[in-house]
Amino acid sequence: MNRKLKEKLVEKFFLLNGVLVILILIGIFFLLLKNALPAFYQVSLKHFLTKPTWNPDAYDQPTYGLVPMFVSTMMVTLGSLVVAVPLGVGTAAFLSDVASPRVREVLKPVVELLAGIPSVVVGFLGIVLVGPLLARLTGTYSGLNALNGSILLAVMALPTIISLSEDALASVPRSYEEASLALGANKWETVVRVKIPAAASGILAACMLGMGRAIGETMTVLMATGNAAAFPGSFLGPVKTMTATIAIELGEVAYYTTHFYMLFAVGLMLFVITFLINLVADIIFHKHTRVQ
Amino acid sequence: MKIRPQRIKEILGFGLLYLSMGCVLLILGVIFYDIFTKGSGIVSVDFLSKPPVDGMTKGGIFPAIFGTFCVTIITGLLSVPLGMGCAIYLNEYARDNGLTRFIRLSIRNLSGVPSIVYGLFGVALFVQTCHFGTSILAAGCTLGLMTLPLTITASEEALKTVPRSYREGALALGATKWQSIRSNVLPYAVPGMLTGTILGLSRAAGETAPILFTGAAFFLPDIPNSVLSQFMALPYHLYIMSTQHYNITLVRPIAYGTALVLIALVFMMNLAAVIIRYRLRKDGVSHG
Repeated sequence: MNRKLKEKLVEKFFLLNGVLVILILIGIFFLLLKNALPAFYQVSLKHFLTKPTWNPDAYDQPTYGLVPMFVSTMMVTLGSLVVAVPLGVGTAAFLSDVASPRVREVLKPVVELLAGIPSVVVGFLGIVLVGPLLARLTGTYSGLNALNGSILLAVMALPTIISLSEDALASVPRSYEEASLALGANKWETVVRVKIPAAASGILAACMLGMGRAIGETMTVLMATGNAAAFPGSFLGPVKTMTATIAIELGEVAYYTTHFYMLFAVGLMLFVITFLINLVADIIFHKHTRVQ
Repeated sequence: MKIRPQRIKEILGFGLLYLSMGCVLLILGVIFYDIFTKGSGIVSVDFLSKPPVDGMTKGGIFPAIFGTFCVTIITGLLSVPLGMGCAIYLNEYARDNGLTRFIRLSIRNLSGVPSIVYGLFGVALFVQTCHFGTSILAAGCTLGLMTLPLTITASEEALKTVPRSYREGALALGATKWQSIRSNVLPYAVPGMLTGTILGLSRAAGETAPILFTGAAFFLPDIPNSVLSQFMALPYHLYIMSTQHYNITLVRPIAYGTALVLIALVFMMNLAAVIIRYRLRKDGVSHG
């Protein structure tokens, strides 16, 4: 009897550990919500979602518009995907279909090294390496702009896209490939017309997770995009993303002011956006594995 | 002999794949080459063991190294037991039901939460609600929650590698479930769990966004004397040395040195993880 009780208690203890994970996720949501809500006592939700300026320090009428930083975030994210998706899928296809098993065994950990580089180091290289290069190429003053941010975010998103796309390509049944080759298609046609379409949902999920990473990435964009509060104009101009806004302003603002709560509202938006992207990626990914 | 257009397309196509792989390797090469060549000149014993002096324009980065070390320990103290506990539940006890699927979904979503959002959460929970203030403890707990998904996933992978027969053997001899886990599963899974844990901690050691408002300080004259003190941290030090310092060009070499030490620290932790896995795997084989 005693032994049975002990077993039950041990199991309940581990169950508690599992349930805690759910509580943390819900806890993050509720604490963000709790700290974001007071902001809307003074500023309407419509103001937050539609005002085209974010100027909390304005002398007479502070404005808290999400739009400029949302557009900035989307600019650098989509810009990064333009670079990272072809490069990442190409590299994944190289690893799964061109490289010999031995080459693959060497190159896969090398690619994973990229994931281990801290984002602040990538941001630093944006300042000292990419920035001056862009300034010289485009004739702009500093090279700290949306384009720089896009390039760095591409580097940050690449490891996710490469390793998950490679998994998706590797999980395409061998018989597909063999059937295609037997019908007289060459290796390239097999990769492009058979393997990539068969792995499409896995690759799409990989790209979405890469996008989620890019949207939430803070240090690289904070250091490399120039952080101008003005409405973003072009890729050669400075932008201030949602993450950078929180990172810069939370350190300067007094606790429990409208501005402070507003930053939590921005964080809540970030949480919701990345949550939805991950959820969709998850659904796509599981549909893909069920078909297999 | 005429080359068929399909063949030309194939050569060009594969050329593109080689080019993508080459680009990725080039990016990596440039990152390491730049940091190493420009950072290695300044890294010395003094640089690693002395505090910054003269408005942080001279001296070393010892307080930042020490601070990162302390925070990483707190991170581990929180994420390792919780992560292992959750992994044991998922792999050993959980049935395939709604709750289990919900836990797994939560883990996947937690791993996608942006690091700056963990920072906000850390402010709201640890700094304010728990009254830790901006401190090593608050920052360590924030990072601990952030690395939790990684620790869980890695620990579960390790548990999965232990053959079913080990568990069944113990159960057949009349052991209870927990006895079988304790004596026949955990000893074989711990090396793998350790590897995953160190990888998670190396990620935490390089993170900046979650510690920005939970305890990292610009400059402190003394090293922290309790877990409730603020601290200097390597990644944060690199951030301020490259963007916030009053004379950025003057301290550029220090920034490069900091970047090199940070990268070296992260990769040494990765290497240690790989070596532990390798050695214990070899041991496991010799024990049969």
